[in-house]
Amino acid sequence: MRVIVSPTSGVPLYEQIVEQVRQQIMAGELAAGAALPSLRALAGELRVSLITTTRAYNDLAAEGLIVNVPGKGSFVAQLDPDEARRHSLERARAGLRQIVDRTRHTGLVSLAELTAMLAEEWER
Amino acid sequence: MSRTEHIVEALGLVKRRGEFTLGPLDLRVPRGFVTGMVGANGSGKTTTLRTLLGLVRADAGSVAMPPMGAVGVAFDQPFVLPYWRVRDAAEVYAASRPGWDQDWFDRLCRRFRLRADERVKELSRGQGNKLMIALAMGNHPDLLILDEPTSGLDPAARADLVDLLREHMRREDASLLFSTHITGDLEHFADYLVFVDNGQVVYSGALDELVERFAYVKGAPEDLTAQNTPLIRGLRRGQASFDGIIRTADSAAFGPGVHLETPTVEQIVVHHERRNDEEH
Repeated sequence: MRVIVSPTSGVPLYEQIVEQVRQQIMAGELAAGAALPSLRALAGELRVSLITTTRAYNDLAAEGLIVNVPGKGSFVAQLDPDEARRHSLERARAGLRQIVDRTRHTGLVSLAELTAMLAEEWER
Repeated sequence: MSRTEHIVEALGLVKRRGEFTLGPLDLRVPRGFVTGMVGANGSGKTTTLRTLLGLVRADAGSVAMPPMGAVGVAFDQPFVLPYWRVRDAAEVYAASRPGWDQDWFDRLCRRFRLRADERVKELSRGQGNKLMIALAMGNHPDLLILDEPTSGLDPAARADLVDLLREHMRREDASLLFSTHITGDLEHFADYLVFVDNGQVVYSGALDELVERFAYVKGAPEDLTAQNTPLIRGLRRGQASFDGIIRTADSAAFGPGVHLETPTVEQIVVHHERRNDEEH
């Protein structure tokens, strides 16, 4: 698990943790059943309060991404494949939208060129 | 054994000291969390801690605490004897504290750069504080109660001490209650806050909620009205602007030109304790 939080970013710390852990679970970087650091270890390491890590793990559990087992710890949940696919598609669309926003208005790159580039990158 | 969600619970606590009266106050310290106590000098922080611990007798009220062997305590003023060496103090503690871990104490001393043969009276204020903290932590107590642990420490030593306290909190069920007048010590560390002013508890609860409950308000002098002025705590009024702290619930009393932002604990404490300009 990788988590980097920034107290000055304006985004609440627990949200930063939720977002990063969610991404890694959705991307399959954290496999089902994998143990997460304890609330206390994570709070100590990231230098955030225990309430912050508790809130983050509770939110992740509410989304069904992790399971909190009292006395045992927190584990990555078994993901619903439809849900994982939907999330993956959403991320792909967001990335594509960004590329289109950046290039279309310049009038320098055509849709055909962009599609060809996408195919090239796909094959790489 | 029954376990409540509070490791310390005081109800109706009163302590009179000359002109000063502490309480009556209720105080609860959540088990397994970090609770910070803030308030001006003389507001009653140290008296509260001493009364909780039974070091001074309360005039009224009840206190529920874990057994003293499971509580580590460090006060601003060392209560070890001045001619003792560090190792003498450790021996006395080792003899009286169940579960004393000499190896752990030695490691703490190395971390704090305390030598076993140093005499207590020759320690600087900061080093004296560190000795008391090492002694308090030496038997891995469930509850640590520290009075101004960061006072007399330079910024690097302060950060290191907070890291050490975070390590203490890694143990399941470890609890910490500490007072400080450096509100920066609380940021991203304390889960709960007790704010004491003039012998009374002004706020007791989650730190996040405190910050949500109040707003830091800034605006031009003409934004002040007879209706909204009394809602501002610690009003500072100049020729071009004013600022202060209000309850978030009172936000509607201020016009659109007034700037509201999430306050820091520091701003809440400072503005609460500052009398309004008008009262001077």
